[in-house]
Parts: sequence; structure tokens; C-alpha cells
Amino acid sequence: MKSLLFSHDKTGAVVLALIAGVTLIVPLFNLIFPVDSPLHFSAYTVSLLGKYLTFALVGLSLDLVWGYCGILVLGQGAFFALGGYAMGMYLMRQIGTRGVYADPLLPDFMVFLNWKELPWYWFGFDHFWFAMLMVMLVPGLLAFVFGWLAFRSRVTGVYLSIITQALTYALMLAFFRNEMGFGGNNGLTDFKDILGFNIQSEAVRLTLLFLSGSILIAAFLFSRWLVNTKLGRVVTAIRDQESRVRFLGYRVEMFKLWLFVFSAMLAGIAGALYVPQVGIINPSEFSPLNSLEIVVWVAMGGRGSLYGAIIGAVLVNFSKTVLTGLMPEIWLFSLGAAFILVTVLLPDGIAGLLRKRREAEA
Amino acid sequence: MKANSLKRFNRCFAVALLVWLWAGQAYSQEMNPQVTLLDSLNRLKQGAMPDREQALEQLGEVNHPRTLTVLQALLNGKLYQVASNEQLVIAAENSEGYQLIDAITGEDLGNKPRSDVNKINLTNTIRVKLRKLIGQLELKSEDATVRLAAVNGLIKATDDNTLALLRQLETTERDEAVLEAMQMIFALKDLKSEDKAIRLTALVTLKDFNNQEVVNRLNVLMEKDSAGQYLETDADVRKQAKLILSEINARIQFYSILETLFFGLSLGAVLVLAAIGLAITFGVMGVINMAHGELMMLGAYTTYVIQQMMPDHLGLSIVMAIPAAFLISGLVGIAIERGIIRFLYGRPLETLLATFGVSLFLQQTVRSIFSPLNRSVTTPEWMSGSLQINDFLSLTWNRFYILVFCLMVFVLLLQILKRTRLGLEVRAVAQNRGMAKVMGIPTDKVDAMTFGLGSGIAGVAGVALSQITNVGPNLGQAYIVDSFMVVVFGGVGNLWGTLVAGFSLGIANKILEPYAGAVLAKILVLVFIILFIQKRPSGLFPQKGRAVEAK
Repeated sequence: MKSLLFSHDKTGAVVLALIAGVTLIVPLFNLIFPVDSPLHFSAYTVSLLGKYLTFALVGLSLDLVWGYCGILVLGQGAFFALGGYAMGMYLMRQIGTRGVYADPLLPDFMVFLNWKELPWYWFGFDHFWFAMLMVMLVPGLLAFVFGWLAFRSRVTGVYLSIITQALTYALMLAFFRNEMGFGGNNGLTDFKDILGFNIQSEAVRLTLLFLSGSILIAAFLFSRWLVNTKLGRVVTAIRDQESRVRFLGYRVEMFKLWLFVFSAMLAGIAGALYVPQVGIINPSEFSPLNSLEIVVWVAMGGRGSLYGAIIGAVLVNFSKTVLTGLMPEIWLFSLGAAFILVTVLLPDGIAGLLRKRREAEA
Repeated sequence: MKANSLKRFNRCFAVALLVWLWAGQAYSQEMNPQVTLLDSLNRLKQGAMPDREQALEQLGEVNHPRTLTVLQALLNGKLYQVASNEQLVIAAENSEGYQLIDAITGEDLGNKPRSDVNKINLTNTIRVKLRKLIGQLELKSEDATVRLAAVNGLIKATDDNTLALLRQLETTERDEAVLEAMQMIFALKDLKSEDKAIRLTALVTLKDFNNQEVVNRLNVLMEKDSAGQYLETDADVRKQAKLILSEINARIQFYSILETLFFGLSLGAVLVLAAIGLAITFGVMGVINMAHGELMMLGAYTTYVIQQMMPDHLGLSIVMAIPAAFLISGLVGIAIERGIIRFLYGRPLETLLATFGVSLFLQQTVRSIFSPLNRSVTTPEWMSGSLQINDFLSLTWNRFYILVFCLMVFVLLLQILKRTRLGLEVRAVAQNRGMAKVMGIPTDKVDAMTFGLGSGIAGVAGVALSQITNVGPNLGQAYIVDSFMVVVFGGVGNLWGTLVAGFSLGIANKILEPYAGAVLAKILVLVFIILFIQKRPSGLFPQKGRAVEAK
């Protein structure tokens, strides 16, 4: 099946192999080699790699809707952050009496705000399974309601992009409010345990990295399969000629809607994997700039290729890590320049470059 | 004949004598107050307590045009004495020491170092008396606004002496506003009268005043003491007071609605200013300019730079900043169009990304040049403060000017689009690019000019924003989502739609604010627009006809 999936996507197979390599080698090396060995990855590197993998996952989710269906979502970060908050709420409940105020039920920030009881929407988050359900359900539900309204009334193109931006902006403003019960400005942090294991321990970090890699691979394989199914073909046709597909009798809005919901759920999962690895989630994850950055990853890697989104996400974030470390002023300049150069000179991104070279060789 | 001439001589002599006497009188009158003023001031600054009090009383009677100025300086600790010659001076601190003015003559004496002058100190008792004296002098001032302020200052604390003085002054008072304020004080006093009839007439008088003190006093009439007895014993008076109070409260409500409307309109004006440039680039050209906010930021920084260049002419610097900001933002806009956007026509989503890159670039440039800290632009005097209409309604001047400015920009832009050749060409290209080209319109040039115009207006909006908010690298980001919302809500390609949308969103925001808080109000408005666009994707005023299909 795999050979069939990637028969026309050699680069995709290479990228897949690379991810699988990282996912397996990092935990393996750290198990085999002692801590002081140069082949032993530091906790910082492990978290960083894990973070990149979650970014690749959210990039992949955006490529599905943007690259294959032409819906430029400027609010993908909102779904990512919602998944992150759901995970964060579970982790907050795991703190128990170890918080500063040692309240068995309420997280610290609620005690600080003088709240007496847990708000209703926090119930159930002490169960891992419930939280994981919410990680997918909350972004999925929001995408469903939003998409249901938008696609049915045929809001398309730029308008859709702008209202998705407004959506994430509104959510950011809302989550900044203390009254929302999500920790306001500071967000959720100071996590201790996940499923009873210390979140700072190396084993948990490696497991999270392994999980992020595996889920990314699974999502990649599934997406690869999805875009080759009949549904994928119709979706691509919608991207290219929406009205013609509609006239052929397909219910365009339904195809768009389910793809959008699936993409939002993927982004939510990415957020849930991201939060325990960085140890914090706060409202700035909702900021329109974050969502736009996701768009740059995909544009840079090349949309409509799936593996391009993964390459783009890792490449841009790697340069971000390097540049902000070396000289912070340069980062925004280079991000801005990347936006401009990629759109003007490289409309198909790195994937487009690779494809051209392959075609030239053939 | 001789007797006649003698008589004439006598008459001449009498006239001459009279003139001389009169002149002498005038001279001594002019001379005396100055001496007395100086003398009493000298006695005030030293000597025993009774003597100083007497000096104060004397000061109250001196009829000298500068008395009030000198006494105010004394109260504010600005009255000094030159150490060498005991000359009394009013001093204003500056970087080189003190800028001195002769207290009595008002003559400018230039700068002196701090050590050359001694401050005249006051005791608290004297200060209290001095304050009262100044109040009384202000009541007699030549300037009606000073008198009005003095009378208004007396509303809360009126003793019998001041009341008597007021009654006396009322007979000579000509200014209507001052008279009205006096009437109110008398009526408030009458409320405490023993006679029921007087209290009732006082209530009738108070009916028309929009004053917080009146409301407070009327409320007191309704209160009960600890024994459960009304403070106002008479039921009729209470009934009347209640009636009048509800009348006044209705007026207060009306004013608060007016105020909400005004604040809503002014917020709307800011939104319209921010969105109207976007309405051109987005609406007319179909180009999504995410760097629009940063072009506003450039306008705000232009204002800042110009103000730094001419710190002594605040008002002028703002006026100068308007064309300068238009030019700078417009030129940057043209550069963006020529350098980037023209390669991306027909690919709106790509334009969005590229211009977003530009916005990051501009933000970081400004951050590198001016530092990430906020810069503040000083508001000129005629734009600060507020227009106090009554106790319940005051309109801030800067908001008012921005409202006016917004309407001016709007009308100007409308005229440009309607009446100039550029406007005609812009509309032609917007309606049908291909046809316009065939008709010989240089579409490339028109695109650049349109984008420059839209960007220039963003710069002008930045000048206005610099007056109400801090100027920082993030200034633009704060407005970009809002301004897109306004354009989309109003209907793309429709300037009137933008105006209506901006004002209605501003007012909606301000109406919601008291109930929901500022942030929640904003969220609610955003959610409303998101839902609205789902229902009517082309906004309040959709385009009709062929132009719709062309896009």
C-alpha cells in the first residue's frame, strides 16, 4: 500500500523516511548511549525536535485545506491553540495540591481570582481520555459551525481568509480576559505530571517526541491516501473550478466542510502535543501573526504537496531558532523577506523547485 | 464789556482749575493703588498676625488691575522677592533658573539665577484667607468667564457674607451665564428656608439647571434620618422635588446618550480613517494590503519626527505632518506596488502574504530606527482638554477634531474619485480593466497612483491616530483586523458603505461597552460581523450589475 501511495511522490517518501528516522533514532540513541556521550541528545534538543514535529503537523493540516482545496485559513493557529488549551486543562488538573495555594480542586489562578468552584467547562478534564476527546472535538466543532455557516453562504477567497483571521483575533481577545477562566494573560503553565509521570523527565520527553513523530507519520500517510481518493480528487477540482464542480452535481460545501473539520482536528492534536513539550499555553498562541506564520511555512515548503508543508515548517522554525538566538532584530526582517520572495519568485515553494529539477532530469 | 471779559476769564479759570483738579485726582488714583498694593504686600510678607490680616483686608480694597495676578502668584508660591533691591517679582522656573516678571508693572525682567530671589512664604491661616480673598476679587473681575468660574466655585460652600456679596453683585451683573449661576446659588440657599413657599419656588427655579450639586441636594430632600423621618418635613415639597428630580434625571439620560453617540462617532471616525485607504486599495483594486496598518504607523512616526524638528510650534507641526505623512506613506505605497504587487495581480491570496511580509519588514525597520519603545506625540493646546457643555456632557476636543478631520478626508477623497481625471481612470480600471486598457488608459500608472492614494490616506490616518494613542511599532497591527472588518462589513468597493459601517460599528461598540466591558464589546462586534458576512457575503451595500461578475 505504501509503495502505491508514494509511487508518484518520491520526495514525499524521502521526507517520510527522514521523519521516521528522527522519531526512532533520537529515543533509541538516548536509551543506548550514556548521558555524557556526544551521541546523547540533550533535553533541549529533544524538546526542540518534538516542537518542530508538532509544527510540521499543523503545517500539514493547513496544506490540506489550502493546498488541496484553496481555502486560505488565516486562523489555523486558533485550532492549534484550542487543542493546546484542552491539553493544558488536563495538565492543570493533574497539579492537584502541589500548586502554590495547594487547593485540591481549583488551579492557582482561580484561587487567586477568588473563585469558589470550578467552572462547568472544566469538569471532566481530570480524565485523560476526556481531555483527548476534547482536543479533537473542540477544534472540530468550531470548524464545523464556522464552516457550516461560511461555506453554505459561499463565502470564499479573501473574505473567508479575513473572517478566519477575525475569528482567531476574537478568540485571542477572549482568552486574554481573566473572566473566561483560562488563566487570562498568563495562560496555563507550571505543569507537573502527565498520566502520573513527571513531565520534566527524560522518558516523558522522549515519549512525547516519539508520539509526535508517529502521529505526524500517520497523519501524513492518511492525508496522502485521502488526497488520492475520490474525495481528494473532488476537493482538488473544487480548488481549481469551484462552480464547475457544483454544476456537475457535487455538494461543494459538504466536501469543503469535512476537509476543514478534519484539518482543524489535526491542528488541535498538534497543539495538544505541543503544550506538554514547551510547558505553557497562553493566549498569544491565538494571535493572527502565529496563524500567518503557519501560512508562511506552507507557502515556503510548497503547498499542495503535503511533504512541502513539513519541510517548510521545520526549515522556517529551525532558522527562527538560529536567528533569534544570534540576532533577534534580524528575525522579522528575514521572515518578512521570506514572505515576499517566496510569493513573488517561488510561488510553488521548495516543493516546486524540487519538482522542476526532477522534471528536468527526466 | 469789561465785566463781561472778566466773567469769561473767570469761566476759563474755573474750567482750567477743574481740569487740573480732575487730572490730579486721576493721577493720585493711579498712583495710590500701586503704592497701597506694594505697601500691603510688604506688610503681608512680614510682621505680626493681626497686621498681616489687616494687610489682606487692605489688599481686597485696592483697585489695581494686577492685584488678582499678584495674589494668585502668591497663593501658588510663584511670588518672589529679589534679594538685592526687595523688588517683588513673579517667577516661572525654566532651565536657566527663573524667568522673572515685575509683580506690579508686569514688565519682563529676563532670566535670573535661583540664588538671586527669595520665595515669599505663607502660613496656612493666611493661605485660607487669601483663597477667599481671591474668590471675592474674581467675582468682581472684568472678565465674564473668570466671574462665572468664581461663582461656580462657590456652589458647594456659601456662607452668609459671600451670599450678601453675591446679592450685591447681582444688581450690577450683565452677563447672562453669571446671572444664571447666581440664581442657582440663591435657589439652593432658599431650599433651606423655613418658609414652604420659598422652598417651592426655589425648586421651580432649580428645575432647569444641569448641575451635579442640584441633583445631590434634591436627593438629600428625599432621604430619611436615622429615626425614619424625612429630612424634608413637607410632603408637597418632597413631591415637587421628586418630580423635578425625575425631570433632571431624564435630561441626564439624554445627555449620556448624546455622549455615547459622540464617543461612538469618534471611535467610528478612527475606524473610518483607518479603513478608508484600505477601501480604495482593497475595494477598488481588489488588492489585499496587509501592510496598511504599517503605512498608518509610518504616518504617526512622521508626525513624531516633525514635532521633534519644531518643538516650539506644536500646532503647526501637526498641520505640517498631514501632507508630509501623505507623501511618505504614499511614496512607500507606490514603491510596494511597483516592487511587489504588480507581479501578483489576479492572485489576491498571494498579495495578502507578500504585503504581510512588507508589514513585518516595516515594523522591524521602525523598531530598529526608533527603538521598540512607544514614542508620545504631544497634543497641541487647542486639541487637548474638553468642551464642557454642562456637568453631564463634555466632549473631548481631540476626538471632536478627529471626527471633523475624518469627514474632511472622506469628502476630499470622494471628490477626487468623482471629479478628477485620476478618479475617473481609477473607476474605469476598477470596473473593467481590459476595456480601460483598450480605451488608452495607462492601467499600470493608474494602479500605482491608486495604491499611492490609498497608502497616503493611511499615512494621514496615522497623523490622527498619533493624537489619541501612543506611537509604537505595533500601532498598525492593532487596527488592521478592525479596518478589514469595516471594509468588508460596508461592502467592498463602496466608500459610503465604509463610512456607514465605520460609524455604526463605533457606535455599537460604545453602546455595548458599559454592559459588557471594552474587550467583550469588541469581541461581540467581531462575532457579529463574522455572522453578518455569512448571511450577506458582500456586505451592507453590495455592488450590483456587471462589476460583480468581473471580479
